[in-house]
Amino acid sequence: MAEKICGRRLASAALGLFAVCSWNTALADDPFSSTYVPAASTPTLIRGATVLVGDGNRIDNGDVLIVNGRIEAVGQALSAPGEARIVDAQGRWVTPGLIDVHSHVGAASSPYVNGNNDGNEMTNPNTAHVWVEHSVWPQDPGFQTALAGGVTTLQILPGSANLIGGRSVVLKNVPSVSVRGMKFPDAPHGVKMACGENPKGVYGGKGSAPSTRMGNIAGFRQAFIDAQDYQRQLQKYQRDLAKYQAGSDAQSGAKKKKAAADADKGEPPTPPKRDLKLETLVAVLNGDAQVHVHCYRADDMSNMLDVAEEFGFKIAAFHHGVEAYKIADRLAQRGVCGALWADWWGFKMEAYDGIQENLAMVDYPGGGCAITHSDSAEGIQRLNQESAKSMAHARQLGLNIAPERAIRWITSNAAKTLGLGDRIGTLAAGRNADVVIWNRDPFSVYALADQVFIDGVVQFDRAAAKTPARSDFLLGQDVKGELQ
Amino acid sequence: MKALKVAAGVFVCLLALLDPASAQDVLIRGARVHTMAAVGTLEHADVLIREGKIAAIGARLDAGADAAIVDANSRALTPGLFAGVTSLGLLEVAAVADSSDTSFKLGAPAWEQQWHPEFDVTLAYNPASSLVPVNRIEGMTWGVLAPYSGDSIVAGQGGAVTFDGRYDALLAGSRTLFINWGNTDSAGGTRAGLYTLMQQAIRETRSTAPTGERALMLPAGREVFASYVNGGRMVFNAHRAVDIRRMIDFARRNGLKPVIAGGAEAWRVAPELARANIPVILDPLDNLPNDFDMLAARLDNATLLHRAGVRIAFSSGHVHNARKNRQVAGNTVAHGLPWDAALAAITSTPAEIFGVGATRGRIAVGQAADLVLWSGDPLELSSLAEQVWIGGRAIEMRSRQTELRDRYFERLKSHR
Repeated sequence: MAEKICGRRLASAALGLFAVCSWNTALADDPFSSTYVPAASTPTLIRGATVLVGDGNRIDNGDVLIVNGRIEAVGQALSAPGEARIVDAQGRWVTPGLIDVHSHVGAASSPYVNGNNDGNEMTNPNTAHVWVEHSVWPQDPGFQTALAGGVTTLQILPGSANLIGGRSVVLKNVPSVSVRGMKFPDAPHGVKMACGENPKGVYGGKGSAPSTRMGNIAGFRQAFIDAQDYQRQLQKYQRDLAKYQAGSDAQSGAKKKKAAADADKGEPPTPPKRDLKLETLVAVLNGDAQVHVHCYRADDMSNMLDVAEEFGFKIAAFHHGVEAYKIADRLAQRGVCGALWADWWGFKMEAYDGIQENLAMVDYPGGGCAITHSDSAEGIQRLNQESAKSMAHARQLGLNIAPERAIRWITSNAAKTLGLGDRIGTLAAGRNADVVIWNRDPFSVYALADQVFIDGVVQFDRAAAKTPARSDFLLGQDVKGELQ
Repeated sequence: MKALKVAAGVFVCLLALLDPASAQDVLIRGARVHTMAAVGTLEHADVLIREGKIAAIGARLDAGADAAIVDANSRALTPGLFAGVTSLGLLEVAAVADSSDTSFKLGAPAWEQQWHPEFDVTLAYNPASSLVPVNRIEGMTWGVLAPYSGDSIVAGQGGAVTFDGRYDALLAGSRTLFINWGNTDSAGGTRAGLYTLMQQAIRETRSTAPTGERALMLPAGREVFASYVNGGRMVFNAHRAVDIRRMIDFARRNGLKPVIAGGAEAWRVAPELARANIPVILDPLDNLPNDFDMLAARLDNATLLHRAGVRIAFSSGHVHNARKNRQVAGNTVAHGLPWDAALAAITSTPAEIFGVGATRGRIAVGQAADLVLWSGDPLELSSLAEQVWIGGRAIEMRSRQTELRDRYFERLKSHR
C-alpha cells in the first residue's frame, strides 16, 4: 500500500511521515473508507434463463453460477457444486445488477423536508471540499424502492446548484446504519460539476458570481488555476521530501544522529497546509477522479470539453445532456459518456430541445457510451423501462436496438463511467455477483424484478413474505390496512 | 361511368381542401378495436369515421368511393388517450415565468386573502403550444387543464380541452373547480383551517345578504362558487387517508360532489370512497413518502381502489411529458390491475369523470372520432402510436422533437 499513495509512486521510505496527497491523510487508515463486508452467501446456480450478459451478448437458455459472492461462470448447462441452491429461471431473464450513475437518494431523502435536504451546499459556487457521502442518510426509503427496481449500485452526487458541487460516492444498495457500510470498497472517487443555468441562477439570483454562462466558465478556470498552484506546491513538497529521504538514507547511523541534532540540516520539509477544496481539484488534475458534469446544451458541453482540455483532465460523463444527440460523434470520439433521460424536457430553457431518441443517438456512433440515469427517486425504480422507451423510438430511425445492447446503458456503460467496469456491470467470471432475475423481458412495462443479488446475497425477493420496511423511517408506521 | 367517378373524386377532394371541417370519410379496416364500451374489445372490426364522428363499427363496413382507407392489419385501435390533469397548453418552459400561465397569484397577505373561484385558467390555453404536437403524436388527444395552486386553497376553474389545434378547445360540460386540500399555507398553516375557510365560503354562497367587509369572495366569485357547490364538479387535491375520509364526510354534510386527486393513500379509505361514489385521479407510480401525507403510498393503490369499486383515472403529474400517462397505465397492470381497467383509466373513465363521456373516451357510434392506431399492445413500451385522429382528421405525426431528431440524425449518419 505504501508504494502507491495518491495513485502515484513515492519513495517507500515515506512511510511514517505525513504524506500530503489528494485523498488520503493517514496512510494505513482512511477514516472514511468503506466498512462494507459482504455477508456469507450460498453458492447459487440460476438455470435456463435468457441472460443479458451486459457486454452486448445474450445467452438463451443460459446459466449463471455464483460462488463466494462472485460470478463463477456464465454459459449453458453449467454444473453446480453440491451444496449450490438451484434457481429455476425458465422463462425468466437475468441481467447484471442495474447501476444508476445519477442519484440523490439519501442526500435529499424522502420525506422531502428541510431536515432531510442535504444535497446542495448552496453557500458558494465552489464547494469542492464537501463530500456528499457525509450527507447520505441510509434510512431513505428510496434505497429500498430502487432495489425492488433491480438497482444494486448507485452513484450519489451533490446537487447541481454549484459549479463544483463536491465529491460523489458510489454505494452498494445494502442496509447499513452508516454510509461507510454502503460504500463501494476502493471505488474511484468522483467529482460533481455543473454548467449552464443552475449555478448562474442560484448565485446570480443572490447578486453574486457567477450570474452568466461566461461567469460559470471563468469560475471553473479560476478554480483549476488555483488547483494547479496547489498541485505545484504538493509536487515541490514531494520532491523536497524525496531529497530529504535520500540524504537521510545516505548517512550512516552515527552521522544521522549528529545530523538530526543539527536543526538546519535535519528538518524534514513542511507539507503545504491541507485544503479540502484544492485536494479535490488536484485529484481531478491528476486523473485520480471520475469527473461528472451536469450539462444540458451542446454548446455548454463543448465549452466544458475545452476547459477540460485546457487543464488536462478527462470528463467521464455529461449528466442529463439533453442535447447530447447534437454532439454524439464528438462525445464518442472523446470517450465521454452521456448519462441521459429517456424523455424529460422543457422544464428549463436548456432542456427545451430534448428528444426521445437521445439515448439511441448517443449509442449510435462507434465507441458511443449511452447511459440511462434517473436523477429521481421515482425514475431509479424503472431504469429498464426508461431505456425501453428510447429503444422503441429508435426504431423510427431504422435502428433496431436489441435488449442485449440496450442493457449496457444501465449496466456496463454505467460501470465504466464510475471506473468500476472490471468489477460490476457484466456477468463474467470474477465480477461481483450483482444479479437480477426478472419475471420477463426487463424492457417490458409489465416486467418486475423477482430477485436481486448483491455480492451473491439475495437482498430483495419479491416472493418472500412481507418483511418489515428496511428504512427505519417507515418502520412501525400505521399504514398496513384500511383506515379504521 | 369511370370518368364520372374520377371527376366526382376530384370534386370531393377539392371540397375537402376548401372545407377541412367536413373532411372525407375514413374507414379503418380490420383493427383490434378496444371500444371501452359494453361490447368490449372487437378482435377484428372496421370503424367508419364521418364528419368528425364515429359513424359505424362492425365487420366489412362499406365506406363509399371517396373514403380514405386505412388497413389496420389487426393492429390495436384505441380511443384517444387522456393526457392527465395538467398544464399542457398553459406553459412552454416551466422555469420561464412569462411563458407560464398556470397560477393565479395576486400576492395578497394571508389576512387579506380572497378567493377567486371565478378564475378560469382555460382562458390562457394556447393551442399552438409546442407541447401539444409533442404529446399528441404519442396518442394524447385530450386533457384536463387545471390551474396550479395560487395564493388561496381555491386554485380556480379548469376544464377539458381537445388537442386538435383549434382555438375553441374547451369541451362542453367539463368545467371543474380545483381546490388544494392540503395547501395549509393558505389555510392559516393548519389542515383544520381548510374546513374553517370552506365552511365560510359555502355560507357566503348560501346567504342572500351581503357578507360585510371581510368577504372571502367577490360577487362574481360567489356566483361561480355557488354553481359548483350546488352539484358542480369540484376536484380536491388530497393524499392523506384521514384527510380524504374527512373530506368525504364534509362533502356529504354540505351536499358537494367531490373528486379526489392525488389520493396516494386513497386505498386506505376505498370502501368509503366507493360508497360515496367518489372517483379518484391518481398517479399510480406514487410509492414513496414524499411527505407525511403519503406514508402509505404503494404501487398497487390503483388495484386496491378498483377492487373496492372506486372509479379511477390516471394522471402522471407531468406536463411536458404528459405522454408518460400510457407508461403509468402499463405499470398498474404489472401490479395487479386488469388490462382493460388500466386502459379505461386513461380513456373512458376520465372522460366520464369530467363530463365528456358522451363524446370522448370510447369507440362508439356518435363519439368524436378521436382514435389511435398502435404498432402493438397500446400499453407496452415497445409500441408506438402510428396514426392519431382527432375529430376524424388524421394528425400530422410530427413535432419539433421529430424535426430536431431528423436534423441531427442526418448529420450523425453522414459522419459515420
